[in-house]
Parts: sequence; C-alpha cells; structure tokens
Amino acid sequence: MFGYLVGRLSQAVVVVFVMSVIVFVGVYAIGNPIDVMIDPGATAEIRENLIRKYGLDQPLWRQYFTFVGNVFQGDLGNSMVYNIPVTSLVFSRLPATIELVMVSVTIAAVIGIPAGLYAGYRPNSLGAKLIMALSVLGFSVPTFWIGMLLIMAFAVELGWLPSGGRGEVAEFLWFKTSLATTNGWSHVIMPAINLSLFKMGLLIRLTRAGMVEAMGAEYVRFARAQGLADRQIVFSHILRNISIPVITVFGLELGSTLAFAVVTETVFNWPGVGKLIIDSILQLDRPVMVSYLVMVVILFVAINLIVDLIYARLDPRVRLKGGS
Amino acid sequence: MNAALDVQGLTTRFATRGDAVTAVNDVSFTVQKGRILGLVGESGSGKSVTGFSIMGLIDAPGEVAAGKVMVDGQDLRALSDEDMRKMRGNRVAMVFQDPMMTLNPVLRVGDQMAMAVRVHRKMSKAAALKEAQRALETVGIPSPEERLRAYPHQLSGGMRQRVAIAMALLHRPSVIIADEATTALDVSIQGQILAEVRDLADQTGAAIVWITHDLGVVSSLADDICVMYAGRIVERGTAQQVIDHPRHPYTQGLLDSIPALHEPGKHLPQIPGSTPQLSRLPQGCPFRPRCPRATEICATVPPADTKDGQTVLCHHPLE
Ligand SMILES: Nc1ncnc2c1ncn2[C@@H]1O[C@H](COP(=O)(O)OP(=O)(O)OP(=O)(O)O)[C@@H](O)[C@H]1O
Ligand code: SF4
Ligand SMILES: [Mg+2]
Repeated sequence: MFGYLVGRLSQAVVVVFVMSVIVFVGVYAIGNPIDVMIDPGATAEIRENLIRKYGLDQPLWRQYFTFVGNVFQGDLGNSMVYNIPVTSLVFSRLPATIELVMVSVTIAAVIGIPAGLYAGYRPNSLGAKLIMALSVLGFSVPTFWIGMLLIMAFAVELGWLPSGGRGEVAEFLWFKTSLATTNGWSHVIMPAINLSLFKMGLLIRLTRAGMVEAMGAEYVRFARAQGLADRQIVFSHILRNISIPVITVFGLELGSTLAFAVVTETVFNWPGVGKLIIDSILQLDRPVMVSYLVMVVILFVAINLIVDLIYARLDPRVRLKGGS
Repeated sequence: MNAALDVQGLTTRFATRGDAVTAVNDVSFTVQKGRILGLVGESGSGKSVTGFSIMGLIDAPGEVAAGKVMVDGQDLRALSDEDMRKMRGNRVAMVFQDPMMTLNPVLRVGDQMAMAVRVHRKMSKAAALKEAQRALETVGIPSPEERLRAYPHQLSGGMRQRVAIAMALLHRPSVIIADEATTALDVSIQGQILAEVRDLADQTGAAIVWITHDLGVVSSLADDICVMYAGRIVERGTAQQVIDHPRHPYTQGLLDSIPALHEPGKHLPQIPGSTPQLSRLPQGCPFRPRCPRATEICATVPPADTKDGQTVLCHHPLE
C-alpha cells in the first residue's frame, strides 16, 4: 500500500515535470505574448521594459527554471493579462466549474446508470432499443450544437430559462455557489444538461455492456439456481461487478470535464475555468496556461488514485502494488 | 410412494436463426429417494440442457417444449415463475461444471451462502451464516468459519466446488443435479468428493443426478445410468447392467475407450467420427454414421427395446 502510494506520487511528479516542459516550449513556439498584450502603438522603451519585467529576454531554459523555482515557493506567477496571481485567478473561477460539473455528472449518473441497467437486463425490449438509440445521439451529436438548440428552445422561443451566464450566488458551507439560489439553478440547469449528454451516453453503454455480460455469467445462473429473484441478483450480485468499470470511466470523465468543460462554458458564457483556459490560450497568457495544465495533471493523478482505491475496495482480487 | 424425481418426455428446443434444434429429445428417467442416477454422454449430447430444463433455467431462445418434471409428485412445469423460483435451491438444487466461475468473485463466500439461505428461510444474517458454516462442515471443509470470510479466489478449485455442493445442500433438497461437478478437479479430490456424495445420498435421502462425460466415474458411483446421444437417452439400466452388459453400440464404444478398464499399453479404441451437429442429424438413428453395426434399416427411427428393465433405442442391440 505504502509502496503503491510512493509509486503513484513519483509518477505524478514525472508527469507534471514533462507536462510543464511541453507547455513551456509549446507556448514559446506559438508566439510572443508581448505582441498580443501590448498596444501596437507603444514605444520601443515600454516594450523593452515589459519584456524584461516578465523575463522574456532570458533564454528559454532560464525562464523555465525561474518558473520552477517560483513554483517551489508557492508562486505560480501572475497572469500577464489580468496582472493578478494565477492561483487566485483560477480559484476565483473554480467554484463555477465545479458546481456545473457536479450537477452534470449527477444528472448523467442518475439517468444513465439505471437506463443502462434496464437496457442490459431486457436487451431486446423496445425501451432498450430506444435508450440505445438516444445514447448514440448523446455521444455523437456535437456538444455545441445541442447547446445552441437548447438555448434556442428554452431561452429564445419558450423563454423559460436564461440563455447563459451564472446566476445569483449565496454562501453555502464555506464557498459561494449558485446552487444555493433558485435563480442560480435556473442558470446552471441547461448547461449542466448539455454537459451531461455525452457522459450519459457513455454510462448507458458501459452499464448496458456490463449488464449483458453479467446476465450471461455462470455466477448469475448459479444464483438463479439457488432461487434468488432477478431483482436481488441484479442488486446484490451484478451491480457490484459492473460498478468496477463504470467507476473507472466515471472518474476519468469527471476529471476531463472539470478540466475541459470548454465548449459548454463558451456556448453558455459560463464563467468557469474552461473559459479561462481558452481565453488564456488566445491571449498567450503563459503563466495561466502552464499553471492551469499543471493543476489539471495533479487533478487527474488524484482522481486516478481515488479510482484505484475504490477499485481495490470493490474487487477483492486487486492488490495495489508499487509503480504501474 | 412418488419417486423423488420423475422426468417424462422432456423436450427442449433452441430457436437458432430460423431453424430450431432439439437439444433434449423426449428424455425420460426416474430417480428414487437416496439413489444416484448417472447421466452420461459426449460433449454436446444435451446433458447440461437436461439439467437446466429440470431447474427451469432455460432462457430464450431456448424453450422446454414438452414433458413433465415431477419432484415428489409435483409437476414443476405447471408452477408459476414465482413458485418455480421458490423450488429452486430449495427442493431442487444444481451444482455447475466449473467451480472457478460459479461463485461471484467480488462477494465473500459467507455473504453468498447467507443469501442462498435467507432466500428460502426467514432468519437473521448471523443465523444464516451459522447455517452456512454447518453446511461447509458437512462437505468436509476445514475451518469453515474462516472460509466464510474468504473470497472465492482465495480458495482452491476443489474447495470452491465443495462450497457449491454445500450450497446445494443448504435446504436439504429432494433432488440434486450435479453437472460435471468434479470434472475440473484433480483425480484424488474427485475421488473424495464422489465418496462424500455417495454418503450424502445415503444420509439425506436426496435423489442425485450425476452428469458426466466419463462413464468410468459413474460406474462406481451411480445406481442407475442413462446414456445420452444427440439429445436422446439411447440406453438406460442399472449401473451394473450398463457397465457389464451394454446393449447399445454407442455405450459399448464409450466403455471401450475408458483407459482404466483396459490393459495398460494396449491401443485404446475410440468411437470414430464426432458428435453430430444437432441442426443436421442423419435420418433415423443419429449414431448411424459412426456405428459399426449399422445396416440399412438404421435409416429409420430405432424402436425402444427393453430386456430385464434395460432399455435401448437401437435396431440391432447387443445381446
Ligand atoms: N443457449 C443455447 N443456444 C442454442 N443452442 C444451445 C444452447 N445451449 C445448448 N445448445 C445446444 O444444445 C446442445 C447440448 O448442449 P449441452 O450443453 O447440454 O451439452 P453437454 O452434454 O452438457 O456437453 P458438455 O459435456 O460439453 O457440457 C449443444 O450442442 C447446442 O447445440
Ligand atoms: S440403430 Fe443402427 S445405427 Fe443406430 S445404434 Fe443401433 S445399430 Fe447402430
Ligand atoms: Mg455440459
């Protein structure tokens, strides 16, 4: 167990390191942030000063090591665009993304898992075929397109819901969330549904596949031979077996949605981190990009770790070992 | 008195892409209380499907098309789904072929057994675990309390099969169907389990259907033997009759290919050819293409021929 944790952490360190180098070099290759930031009419002197201020006159490797040195002192640098510390910038946007993602994965799980179970339990029924057809849609129709359809229908035509933005926030536990107000919910629900469709499709297919496989398994037939009712077989025997792959994919989806809810956030003008990263890429705001992506890596490593721990808890055959 | 198990004219079909195959064809046999019937045949002859049909465990596209399955005089096929479920594991129990696959890998042995206890008897989980422990003791599992806390993968194959047998015994069923219950195990453990099964039949009075492809195994275990070929019972008699004086050419072929009944070093004759596909059985006797005694008349359906209670389906039975 200890060896496992050490293995995982050292892996994470390597990934974070490689990642930061790639982003650094990549951003350097894309263009010079100064060109974007500065008024083209500014004097050469102002230009020189700014370049020196951000250390952009230094060779790339030295810029990189300055950055790493600062990181170790807990300083991820300042945004070149907003001129405030990157950490406070990201953390000011994070609650909006977290609440959006949480609502959307909840919707995806609450609808997707039971639908998948049903579709796998009665694979030839009409209901199952309908569910599978819808899951293909959720999976293959582009997110932005569905998002715009939703806006057209519920905001423009029917006028039931606001077309975008985040609603009123209120204090809940220790942070401010729009989930504590009705107005906030009216804003979050549409983007959340939009964001949930792909995940819902994925969960439906995954749960269904697991269910179909389990229904043909010997242990299920044996449970039947003992006189167990189907209901009990599904809930006591099968669910636990299929939850193993479902949780793995769910964890990864959770991570990638937190990190890259970009499309939905853009369509619905949602002030989350996805929008922040897109803006920072357009403006070549290197500190934000690098820090953000490093945080994303850390997030993924953390989620993987949690998934592994749950996995080992659910499947007694799994032993956590060092490394891999 | 009623026989513990009386199967009459059991017929099970599978609808596969248009044409239906008859995997179990007009199968009849009777097992008295405390007796063991050996059901023998090559792979694909329909032994497992017979077992599942008795248990009411045939799923679409399969269907039990005809026949009666009487347990203690009660016709299982006349029961509603819910009443049939209450019989399963309770009055009729089954042990499956592969001990590695029959237990749920992610649940503790004790939890699985307790579930099987409580489905037919209202009691606390603690009491059910006590029942389970007693059942494990019956089948000779050492330190049963510990085994209850184990997961299936922590037990050996023999141990797992004993657990499955113990589960079949939980409610003292009238009928136990054991489908190749020892095939996957090594010979010494096989012998132990067979001896225990014999004791169980004597002690509990359960009627046991022992399914195997190995005529050698049942020759010492069973009271009666049914030999199955392409879904039909082609020979039926007491174990002694069938082993010592087989009358069906197929049974003779099976016996000739058992190593233990032969002088070592001598060439083992095998039945030529292989089990026919059910979808294209030859006309008349299905064994005809492989049979050394076949004549022209064998292209017509062979009649049942009974001598001293030993019945064969054959035009030219051995004398
Ligand atoms: N689910 C199914 N769908 C279609 N046909 C089936 C199905 N199950 C069994 N059959 C048919 O029934 C035949 C008999 O199968 P069964 O499993 O009873 O054989 P067996 O005697 O138990 O063989 P083995 O020794 O290999 O276990 C098979 O050859 C197959 O053609
Ligand atoms: S009926 Fe004919 S072919 Fe069939 S077993 Fe008897 S002798 Fe052989
Ligand atoms: Mg079989």
